[in-house]
Amino acid sequence: MSARYLILVLALGVSIPAQADDYTTTPAQFVYCTVCHGVELKGNKSVDAPKLNGMEQWYVLDQLQAFKSGRRGTNSQDLIGREMRPMAAVLTDEQLRQAAVYVTSIPTLRAQATLGGDPRRGETLYATCAACHGPRARGNEALHAPQLASQSDWYLVRQLEKYQAGIRGSTPGETWSAQMRTSALVLPDKQSMIDVAAYINTLQDST
Amino acid sequence: MSDSFTRRQFLNSVGATGGSAAVYQMSMALGLLPGSAQAVPFAKVEALGNSQRSVLILGAGIAGLVCAYELERAGFGVTILEASHRIGGRNLTIRSGDFVDEMGHPQTCQFDRHPNLYFNAGPARIPSHHHHLLHYCRTLGVELEMFVNDNKHTYVHDPKAFGGKPIKNREYVTDARGFMTELLAKAVNKPDFEKAFSGEDTERVLEFLRSYGDLSPANTYEGSLRAGYKSNGMVIPGELKTPVEFSDLLDSSFWRFRMHFTEGEDQCSPLMQAVGGMDNIVKAFVRNIKSRILTNAQVKRITLGENGVDVVYQHKGRHKTTYGDYCLNSIPKHLMGGIDSNLPNDYSTALASIGRGKLFKMGIQMRERFWEKENIYGGITWTEQEIEQLWYPPHGIHTEKGVMLGAYTFDAENSEFFARMTPEQRFEEVLKQGEKIHPDFRKYAQNAVSVPWHRMNHMMGCTAVWTAETRERWFKRLQQPEGRHYMIGDQMSFHPGWQEGAMSSAHWTLAHLNNRVRAELSGAAVNA
Repeated sequence: MSARYLILVLALGVSIPAQADDYTTTPAQFVYCTVCHGVELKGNKSVDAPKLNGMEQWYVLDQLQAFKSGRRGTNSQDLIGREMRPMAAVLTDEQLRQAAVYVTSIPTLRAQATLGGDPRRGETLYATCAACHGPRARGNEALHAPQLASQSDWYLVRQLEKYQAGIRGSTPGETWSAQMRTSALVLPDKQSMIDVAAYINTLQDST
Repeated sequence: MSDSFTRRQFLNSVGATGGSAAVYQMSMALGLLPGSAQAVPFAKVEALGNSQRSVLILGAGIAGLVCAYELERAGFGVTILEASHRIGGRNLTIRSGDFVDEMGHPQTCQFDRHPNLYFNAGPARIPSHHHHLLHYCRTLGVELEMFVNDNKHTYVHDPKAFGGKPIKNREYVTDARGFMTELLAKAVNKPDFEKAFSGEDTERVLEFLRSYGDLSPANTYEGSLRAGYKSNGMVIPGELKTPVEFSDLLDSSFWRFRMHFTEGEDQCSPLMQAVGGMDNIVKAFVRNIKSRILTNAQVKRITLGENGVDVVYQHKGRHKTTYGDYCLNSIPKHLMGGIDSNLPNDYSTALASIGRGKLFKMGIQMRERFWEKENIYGGITWTEQEIEQLWYPPHGIHTEKGVMLGAYTFDAENSEFFARMTPEQRFEEVLKQGEKIHPDFRKYAQNAVSVPWHRMNHMMGCTAVWTAETRERWFKRLQQPEGRHYMIGDQMSFHPGWQEGAMSSAHWTLAHLNNRVRAELSGAAVNA
């Protein structure tokens, strides 16, 4: 489109439609999600909001329900989880279902590597994770293990830290979550977490 | 007196105890007064004439509105996209029935409908030297009135001092000055001190101290009328208050910061407010801007091109692309990471390196203006509790009700303390803390609105938090345009959180843009 035509368009006060397939239309009631989680729910580290595209519908719904019921986002040290909690708590059960549908209507985008971990070292460490999350980190609903492959490295590391510290995985009755805590404790240090995340990121290209 | 270093040391010691006002007066007494303040230039955007230029403004806060106002007058085509449902950004006045768009805690204001009953949840005071802001208030006819920031009749409260009881600000300040000047006066008579000052100066310093601290002729502090009478003083002789315990003064944290707060660069008297609410400034701009301002228009992508900037946004359930020869962007820096763009990596890194401020305010409708019975007309009570401040409205004196500020937290931890609660829990907590200062606080409170700025829709932050390091490393990088894209707003000033910061950034950008367009036009003329 020529700049001259665009100037004309602007002078007339008309905006032209964007490429329709560029972006998912955000339902009015879920614009809130995009304020923190960003365009196409790609995540925004500046406000500690993880990437949501690529998550499975069962997992999104389960986590929204967890935030609403207080299974997640109530630990006094989980400051970021506590920021999310009122966003879910204010929604009805039907809205939670609609939110999960909306989140999963967005195509999965590539997660960008931000931490520079060593994927080869991470591959060895990932063996423990693979039992539940699958060899290609695609997740396994039967074991309550979400897909990890398309998640941002910084978010994966932060969650591993929270599991290790017991900020997640310590709610009584949350057996899957407790199991994840046990597994996270296998990782000896932060570098291991970064390396595992780096390896998980390489799996998003595998089929 | 020859040793100027010693003289400076002395002034520093005065500053440490008496605050900047003491240093100022001491400098006057010693004949050291520096030169006068200088004016800040305004940008003049020259008329385009027959040429055409379009500018796309992202964000309808104060900076965006100033740019739109100036640019359309010079003949630029202007479009403003605003993500939220309202215009004004953090310039927010809340009145009866207003929707408060907090993430996860939507609220509706329950104040009575009355012109006096409003709450300035964002900017609430206008310093006398904020030239740009006052210029627009004058030009656009925004009526102003005095705002009381410094009121010696308010209270000072610290659970750790004075048995947890509030004491009057004037009592605290007067006694603190008295004690400190008495100490200094003792030091002046020491031989070391006399070496640094000539006999005449020593006497003038002592004279200053007696005057500043209201000391006795023997240079001792015996109490002062500045602290207020203990009783009467009108038709029967007044009785001086007994000075408080010096150790209590030191136990209290008031002297660390809050005691000198109203001497700060932007806090010194007199200040002003807009009659009827600070958002009258926003309304005045809107009345005077013809350009389109689209609300509920959320930006998804910013694409910088050689000749202009494309922006994709969603509005009324549809995606649209619009274009500007230039783009002035006031989107909060910390939200830019969630928006697609082709901005270069270092620029995005710079944007992500700036922190987001966390401030919290609560406005409470009081059924009676109980503070007036305690001789309080406007001003701030300071407390070391999480609420930090109580503000008494300076307007609507002696009317029935008033909206007072029940909490204003500068400390990020205190802001989080309240942000994590529901609005109802916050109200209860503020009542509990307010009762420590005004025992009947709860009895008068009718309803409240609370605004944690770092939880507000499309904002997620208050003042931009720059550190010395990020300023040094990134401020100039972000202030300079990237191609035809400029970052603007109070975040791009050394006064984040002030309307004057937003307007100064707008004028910096307008001046830059004007020069650039002038150069383009003269280049075009040469080529023609």
